[in-house]
Amino acid sequence: MERVEVRENVLKENDRLAAELRAEFERRGILCLNVIASPGAGKTSLLEHTLQALVGGPHKVAVLTGDIQTERDAARLARFGFPARQITTGGTCHLDARMVQRALSDVSLDGLDLLFIENVGNLVCPAAYDLGEAMKIVMLSVPEGDDKPLKYPSIFSRARLMLLHKVDLLPYTKFDLAAARADAQRVKPDIEIIETSCVGAPGLRAWFDWLERTLAERRA
Amino acid sequence: MHELSIAQSLLESVRAQAGAHPGARVTKVGIRVGELSGVEPDALQFSFEVIVRETEFRDAVLDIERVPLRQHCEACGRDAAVVEFTLVCPDCGASTRAVAGDELQMTYLELE
Repeated sequence: MERVEVRENVLKENDRLAAELRAEFERRGILCLNVIASPGAGKTSLLEHTLQALVGGPHKVAVLTGDIQTERDAARLARFGFPARQITTGGTCHLDARMVQRALSDVSLDGLDLLFIENVGNLVCPAAYDLGEAMKIVMLSVPEGDDKPLKYPSIFSRARLMLLHKVDLLPYTKFDLAAARADAQRVKPDIEIIETSCVGAPGLRAWFDWLERTLAERRA
Repeated sequence: MHELSIAQSLLESVRAQAGAHPGARVTKVGIRVGELSGVEPDALQFSFEVIVRETEFRDAVLDIERVPLRQHCEACGRDAAVVEFTLVCPDCGASTRAVAGDELQMTYLELE
């Protein structure tokens, strides 16, 4: 019997492709954001409102959206005139770097400022796969319950920003805003947190401001 | 359930490593799985067994080492285990950073 020491990351092929993508994004000054949340948390709606707000502005934007089935989200997101591509995984519960690379093959990166990647709705599996993004954004919507940061610590610990979404529904639930914030900070002490809603107060102003600030920092 | 994808990647790594040892049979594969890796060890064990069944590695047993989450405090220098995913120093109460627990790493092969 012979024992061979190895020491290599199991996802090293994904990590290699992700590093290639990241280098390409950084060279071109593209801010790539990997948006992760449960199914129904409001990822696509948030991106619709965000793209709408960016129409006519100075930024060139593109969006990739991942789903197990259907092209519906890409159709929803293409209405704003920015390139939108669907990644249909056919059963796979997360996006990986190869899918992103393939989906970008017919998207022009020239002059692009911002690339959104809407991951497959899932708080578990997407955490393990680097897509070459500058940062992960996790969304937690009020109807899901405030206990998610400690139930799914892997994704919250890897996110730079948490969007506490659908906060207009707070009066109708027992969701404890302070507990959700505190628990997210337990797993990721320096996580940034913004409260958002697509339909009521406080709206999306703080999220748009964060985006502009992050884009500006990117170019500085 | 992405453990099947992980098992597939692991199998590719095993195949690449085993290629350097022609004629040898892989009997064991060692892997470290961090508490915060997002990978469920039992599901990975099951997926690996299913996936190697039809391959030349059907005799390989997966040896999973679970790596607990550990934290380092910059403020007081303390290294400590993490309880309930809470990155707070048990001594001085400062926020800490995780220094172990997100691994997903193949560590060794046993060959015959």
